[in-house]
Amino acid sequence: MSAQNIFTFKIGGQAGQGIKLAGLVLSKVATRSGYFTFDHTEYPSLIRGGHNMMQISVSDEEVTAPFKKTDFLIALNRETVDKYLNQLEAGAGILYDDKDSISNSGLKLFPIPLSKLAADLNGQEILKNTVAIGATLALAGGNLEILKTLIEEEFSGKSQLIGVNQQAAQAGYDYALEKYKNNLSRVLTPKEGLAKKIIINGNEAVAFGAIASNMQFSSIYPMSPISSVIQVLASHQEKFGYIYRQPEDEIAAINMAIGASFAGARSLTATSGGGFCLMTEGLGLSAMTETPLVVVEGMRSGPATGLPTWSEQGDLLFVLNAHQSDFPKIILAPGDAQETFYLTAKAFNLAAKYQLPVIILIDKNICESDQSFLPFDGNLEIEEGKLVKTKQENFERFALSADGVSPRTLPGLGNFLIANSDEHNTLGYSSDEVKDRQEQMQKRMSKMETIIKTEDIAPVLRGPKKADLTIVSWGSNKGVILQVIKQFDKVNFLQINWIHPFPSEQVKDILNNASHLLDIECNYSAQLAQLIRQRTGLEITDKLLKYDGRPFFVEEVIQKINSFLKK
Amino acid sequence: MKPEDLNTPNQPTWCPGCGNFGTWAAFKKAAVRENWNNDNTALVADIGCHGHIINYIHISSVEGLHGRAVPMATGIKLANSRLNVFTFIGDGGCFGEGGNHFIHACRRNHDLTIILHDNAIYGLTAGQTSPLSPLNFKSKSTPQGNLDEPFNPLALAIASGATFAARAFSSDVGQLTDLIIKANKHTGLAFIDVLQPCITFHKEYTSQYLHENVYYLDESHDKTNKQIAFNKSLEWGLKQIPLGIFYQVETSIENKSLVETPIIKRDVSELFNY
Repeated sequence: MSAQNIFTFKIGGQAGQGIKLAGLVLSKVATRSGYFTFDHTEYPSLIRGGHNMMQISVSDEEVTAPFKKTDFLIALNRETVDKYLNQLEAGAGILYDDKDSISNSGLKLFPIPLSKLAADLNGQEILKNTVAIGATLALAGGNLEILKTLIEEEFSGKSQLIGVNQQAAQAGYDYALEKYKNNLSRVLTPKEGLAKKIIINGNEAVAFGAIASNMQFSSIYPMSPISSVIQVLASHQEKFGYIYRQPEDEIAAINMAIGASFAGARSLTATSGGGFCLMTEGLGLSAMTETPLVVVEGMRSGPATGLPTWSEQGDLLFVLNAHQSDFPKIILAPGDAQETFYLTAKAFNLAAKYQLPVIILIDKNICESDQSFLPFDGNLEIEEGKLVKTKQENFERFALSADGVSPRTLPGLGNFLIANSDEHNTLGYSSDEVKDRQEQMQKRMSKMETIIKTEDIAPVLRGPKKADLTIVSWGSNKGVILQVIKQFDKVNFLQINWIHPFPSEQVKDILNNASHLLDIECNYSAQLAQLIRQRTGLEITDKLLKYDGRPFFVEEVIQKINSFLKK
Repeated sequence: MKPEDLNTPNQPTWCPGCGNFGTWAAFKKAAVRENWNNDNTALVADIGCHGHIINYIHISSVEGLHGRAVPMATGIKLANSRLNVFTFIGDGGCFGEGGNHFIHACRRNHDLTIILHDNAIYGLTAGQTSPLSPLNFKSKSTPQGNLDEPFNPLALAIASGATFAARAFSSDVGQLTDLIIKANKHTGLAFIDVLQPCITFHKEYTSQYLHENVYYLDESHDKTNKQIAFNKSLEWGLKQIPLGIFYQVETSIENKSLVETPIIKRDVSELFNY
């Protein structure tokens, strides 16, 4: 199908069987053996029972998207066999517990006594995942020592589990190697001389980007899919000297963060769409009091509780319009974990420079998909904007200025300031005078013009300059589109990651010069296309939309493009 | 320095006789006595008549959203523990929209002082029943009489984990001054329920009613005993409205000022997973 050689593993089982851990370990074995990887997880909103699946795509070139095809299925329970057997193409391999019987001549069958090997070690079913990964490694020509080292690292806090897991890996490996010695592949055979890679998902990227940008305070209420941001932040707070505090709800989360920012701490909160609904009033408070704030919104399928563990890009217009009255704000929509890292870090600088809320809009497919990248730059520039840290007589916190940004100071430095949610005069005192209202509104809103003039908000056009088809998209679709356009000479991709302020002129220019346009989004109403029409007057009529919680798979985007190019 | 020196160019817009004047006066007296100023103090106001207080005190402040003053104050204190942080909040904001924040702040025992402007009515929206209005109370929102029992703010604070709970009367500026100072010195969450008349909209808890029915807790009250304090907080009626410190126990809180600690150059490279 593709010139690029991509091998896709799928590991499935019951929630609680350690699918995610096993999948991640397998990915790390692959990256440590020199390969690029992309992981996609599917799981229901429960802790035990139910079906969990993780897909790991491995290639010696960059791989950025999930595939429908599976080359090798690792089934930790019967349900996994039944669920995916029909989807496997001829020649695919399947590793399963030999208690289960499968009759399918087109597949390479690798029955392994997973339960028995696990039981022989300590009588626990829980080791089945490690046995299976050990066996997979043998069949794929992988290096068992890499796996053993990873086990040591993964269980570093629970040393009693290291030995037994290493034995489980060894048992699976030995069994598979001996039994299937004539049927081994070299999919995971270590390659020499390839650059070292990191594995990172969007939630880790948020946390690491925030830490790198000197975040000092975070208050986040747990909600899928951003919950693991909390775990990462909470683990590293002592080392880096910031605070993570768990608030009672999302309203407290945003108000605590604004309070901390008023006191001078670079502050973060994060949530999903439901929590963002609760935070809305706080956004206006940040903007009105000109208090810097970074908010991460990790979208999932909605509305209401929706599909809590599945993805969507349905909050774009909501986040854009989440306000009473008008106030300045910035919305950035990174397309993968790498962009999330750099844009989250940048968000703190932008919030400080322009004294307003900055929203990072991502989705579950970014939050929870582990992907390999060349290491990011961990040393980033810190900007504080017009922050005055010395004592000044008659400090004028909301002084009028050409760029809309007033000097800012902090309580406790000797200067008097009022961060007033009421409309106010230049000193911060409440005022409903016409002059004060007009001047302060104009001052705040003029920040948007300043941002457009100062920041590089232009969208990126990837692929050939001249194309028969230009795909317009945003967010996590970046990965699948990049993966797909590699296969076409005359298809390019316009990725928009500055949502607000919107790069109207640049987008208009590119769209006007395109021969044919296709909008790709994970929502029902083509929200980016609506925004483009609003800001440029241009309508994109052809759309590929999906709102079933699943990401776009490489195959379905290729099919859509082919149907166009044939026309 | 005199309390008047903390005045701003703005004249209070409260109704003549409003209890907010007493709290304003007491806070300024306490500030002068304790030397609270722009070097060491931040004020947080909620939304309501009381919230205008930030316009009348020359100490840095933030006015938040209705009901959200407590989490804002929490953020300020966590970011810079060196600051004395005072929260002014009304009974609508604290127990209506902000009820959840209040109980959790008490539970977490943040090192804050919360001053409740308790007039048992929504004043700024021109007279509706609040979560602290008495049963059968008639107002614009309950013309047939309030169907609901009010919260007991002191009982709620003590039950939720506040480590300092006191009640004052806005007309006794001397006692309130003293309580504000003690609340600030207390390590942990200090809550002062300040009874105050709303002379325009509350015709039951009038200044005269409060004058006639309050009394002061004396030495015999064991404020370190949570059960005794809780029982005392349930007392309310004719000649039965106690004032003073109901409950106070020593706690220790690890405070650090995030914003006044220099940030060591951070390199996150070591956090990446390979």
